[in-house]
Amino acid sequence: MSELPSALQGIVDDFAEMPSDQRLMLLLEFSDGLPDLPATYADHPELLEAVPECQSPIFLAVELADSGIDPPVRLYFSAPAEAPTTRGFAGILYEGLNGLRVSEVLAIPDDLPNCLSLTDQVSPLRLRGLAGMLGRIKGQTRRLAGTNT
Amino acid sequence: MSVGVDRTEKFAEYAVGEMLVSTDWLAEHLGSDGLVVVESDEDVLLYETGHIPGAMKIDWHTELNDAITRDYLDGAGFAALMGAKGISRETTVVFYGDKSNWWASYALWVFRLFGHPDVRLLDGGRSLWQAEGRELTKERPAPTRARYPVAERDDMAIRAFKDDVLGHLGKPMIDVRSVLEYTGERTHMPDYPEEGALRGGHIPGAQSVPWARAANEDGTFKSRAELAEIYQDEKGLTTDDDVIAYCRIGERSSHSWFVLTYLLGFDKVRNYDGSWTEWGNAVRVPIAKGEDPGTAGA
Repeated sequence: MSELPSALQGIVDDFAEMPSDQRLMLLLEFSDGLPDLPATYADHPELLEAVPECQSPIFLAVELADSGIDPPVRLYFSAPAEAPTTRGFAGILYEGLNGLRVSEVLAIPDDLPNCLSLTDQVSPLRLRGLAGMLGRIKGQTRRLAGTNT
Repeated sequence: MSVGVDRTEKFAEYAVGEMLVSTDWLAEHLGSDGLVVVESDEDVLLYETGHIPGAMKIDWHTELNDAITRDYLDGAGFAALMGAKGISRETTVVFYGDKSNWWASYALWVFRLFGHPDVRLLDGGRSLWQAEGRELTKERPAPTRARYPVAERDDMAIRAFKDDVLGHLGKPMIDVRSVLEYTGERTHMPDYPEEGALRGGHIPGAQSVPWARAANEDGTFKSRAELAEIYQDEKGLTTDDDVIAYCRIGERSSHSWFVLTYLLGFDKVRNYDGSWTEWGNAVRVPIAKGEDPGTAGA
């Protein structure tokens, strides 16, 4: 696997070093740490893209910070408190990807969900939900940046 | 039964009303000797965000399934799990969970495979308890280890395998998934490769009765009369029919199995837990598409 951006690598390492029975509590911390939507999105949920790969209702939006070359990417998520696993995944993506540059976001490997040492605790369908979120973030980033890669 | 039954009027109408308890009853009986409350959710983290005081968590994925084979625990594994949760053979186990009790019904069904005598479901599940503003805690109970006998799993009475279903074609079957999954449209949508099935559609002859039709908005079960209208009047099933229910992996169909068996009093209902993730991937099994149930061998 290619090098991950440092924040994301830190998260992957944290999960790997944690005893397996405590990994879910770490995921819960990411769920609790997911920031609320800013008013621009909270008042206009239609601006968010749904992620039907997740069994819980989750929505996300991607913005580019400026119009320069390879600008930083900003991420926004909406996920209900009744779905802490999905929220936890959103929290991981927020902590690990928010502020990265377009090229860095697009270089994140699609098999990221399998790198989080959670495959024993979380069912495959759930982990595919995380892959769905990542895929949609990359898709929006690609469209916004006008790249066809 | 070791803990008295809930005499709520609504439950008395059902075939086996003592299989249900109300939130009022549970709140009154929390902490009773001989009672263990079990939370079983789709979301593996929900229990950790807060649960009914004293409730134990049982996770379908990590605790009820065998780690290697696609199957459930064996008798020894189940006995060890029960012991660790402080459950003895005489314990009254009340299940509740998210999603209108899908996973709670599923866990209850697995307990019945091992013949655990006294299992009950909290009508309305986790969401009703929460909506009523009742207490939730993050404190994990520390149960006293219990002795639980090794009871062999009985897969004959309430569980169906793929071969059973093949032999059952032409007899009553219900598909409790959403209508789009039933017609086979859903796996054709480009964004849904994750459903894990290579083919879409339903088992020929199976009638579509989405599980949610049995539940009210608040997650409680509909009244017996309303349920009879759906399964018996509309779908033409009778209580002495031999019925197989299935969904995607057997969790939603556990909910419908519970409804048919305990609320309507059907004699023989089996849950096909292989469900669509097995059937939709199996080679040369018949599949019907669209809204029509279709017929086998046609």
